[in-house]
Amino acid sequence: MRFRIIVLAKQVPDTRNVGKDAMKADGTVNRAALPAIFNPEDLHALEQALSIKDKIPYAEVILLTMGPTRAAEIIREAMYRGADRGFLITDRKFAGSDTLATSYALSLAVKKLTPYHLVISGRQAIDGDTAQVGPQTAEKLGIPQITYAEEILSLDAKKIIVKRRLERGVEVVNSTLPALITVHSSAPPCRQRIGKLLMKYKHARTLTELQNETKDYTELYNERPYLLIEEWSAEDLKADSQSLGLSGSPTKVKKIENVVFQHKESKVLSNSDKDIEKLMQTLISSHIIG
Amino acid sequence: MNSIFVYCEVTEERSIADVSLELLSKGRKLADTLKVKLEAVVIGHKVIKPDALLYPFGVDVIHYADDEKLFPYTTLPHTSVIIELFKKEQPEIVLFGATSIGRDLAPRVASALRCGLTADCTSLEIGDHFENKTQTEYRNLLYQIRPAFGGNIIATIINPETRPQMATVREGVMKKEVYSVKYKGKLNKIDARSILKDEDFAVTIIERHLEKSRIDIKNAQVVIAGGYGVGSKENFQLLFDLAEVLGAQVGASRAAVDAGFVEHERQVGQTGVTVRPKLYIACGISGAVQHRAGMDQSAQIISINTDINAPINQIADYNITGSVADVIPKMIKYYKKNSK
Repeated sequence: MRFRIIVLAKQVPDTRNVGKDAMKADGTVNRAALPAIFNPEDLHALEQALSIKDKIPYAEVILLTMGPTRAAEIIREAMYRGADRGFLITDRKFAGSDTLATSYALSLAVKKLTPYHLVISGRQAIDGDTAQVGPQTAEKLGIPQITYAEEILSLDAKKIIVKRRLERGVEVVNSTLPALITVHSSAPPCRQRIGKLLMKYKHARTLTELQNETKDYTELYNERPYLLIEEWSAEDLKADSQSLGLSGSPTKVKKIENVVFQHKESKVLSNSDKDIEKLMQTLISSHIIG
Repeated sequence: MNSIFVYCEVTEERSIADVSLELLSKGRKLADTLKVKLEAVVIGHKVIKPDALLYPFGVDVIHYADDEKLFPYTTLPHTSVIIELFKKEQPEIVLFGATSIGRDLAPRVASALRCGLTADCTSLEIGDHFENKTQTEYRNLLYQIRPAFGGNIIATIINPETRPQMATVREGVMKKEVYSVKYKGKLNKIDARSILKDEDFAVTIIERHLEKSRIDIKNAQVVIAGGYGVGSKENFQLLFDLAEVLGAQVGASRAAVDAGFVEHERQVGQTGVTVRPKLYIACGISGAVQHRAGMDQSAQIISINTDINAPINQIADYNITGSVADVIPKMIKYYKKNSK
């Protein structure tokens, strides 16, 4: 039996590089100006999975993501770096999912890939920073969770030993398998693309993507069936419609305010010696610094 | 209406974490608004006088599970004890610290109870909601307010239908305030052995190396924080130089931490530490709302930035237009010259 590792990943808007054009003149977010990227900590998670595969040749790495058609981009990206295959969970019925509804869909997809040994994801995604989907997916699967993993110290068919990065230090824990691990950003970064794999998988597509291609891939896909990235709908996952998307999400967004900075009376100083000396004198005399 | 619960985190020293006391203070205010009880959940072993410590924060009931198997914290046993308790008590609202423990535990509990959870709230309020689609009026909901989408928006989240309404809050966001030194509640002991099963111990701790936080920017009177605009690890040394002279601590924005300029313990903001110093000097920080959420309560703010239009300048008391490399040595020089 192969040692099956499932990596949960998300394609996210790159909120870290919010430039001037990322905000529209009316102060709202210009989503189109934000590039979609592989969530950074999910890349750390992928690296953990690939490094297990380096050591255990019979290990298999499967990337699982939920999102719109274009999220297949991160499945290809994972394949270029060493993942064996991937599945895209995609359906309009998933739209508006909060973390609970997301973890429900992910857990059904993971179950579909039974028997699995390890589920690995990043600690949190940069668009929400909630860190909730990992533990919630583990709960739905009924398996233990090990959050904030920094290093996998040892692994066999039945147990895993992991070093965790906590606020005030580290902890080493032993867990039975299967288990779900969320990876902290202090874990090693992901390896780069491998040229040979880039050549092998550059034509990998989902069925939806193929339908939008002008080129005819039929012959190529008959020859290389591994190029097809399978898409799973709510029906494929036999999902209960009440637990999906908006209706399966207990949290609702009541209000969104775009951030408008409150103007405060501020004194503008130059970097001249005179200005800075005056400022330091003011701070000292008002006992702000002593 | 049912009670508000706060999960009280047990520290290494077997006391209750500051963040939990801050949440009890906030929980008491919410409880007064809703006219309900405030209840604390303490799960650990040989915790030092939880009753004497917690009652003054206005706690009506302490639910205490005391068992050697419950300390140090592991996910599954704490989850099982909480779920058993909540199924019986049906809380209206539950608050957790957004700590390594709270962020591990709260989502697992929320998933098991199928209720809503909002992470890293920066504000909690009580309010009503009218749902247009179903023409339903909801009264006295918990407004869970947090920055989202990289800090470009502020979202108010509600859980109209499901209970409990759960939220996590970072340390330092709420104020720790004693309610009444004479306040007395009652203690409910939980028999953990009757709840815990073998499978709750699937994860065991082999080793722990925890230290008291070495970098204490939370309690610093003066914080000198650097952003991506500082430019390099080498330039950050200037901030440390100024910090040494002023007896200050060095903080950083997320961008500076991500760039590897300083360690992540120094991160100020929604996903880092919240500070309220007498003086906050922002060096090369543009001032995303996520960062502001962690420092805008500072008494005085100085911004040093080459860009006069940096958003942080709008909340600063003083804007110095110039580079960090130019301005900080001058600040050191004139501080030394003018202080006794």
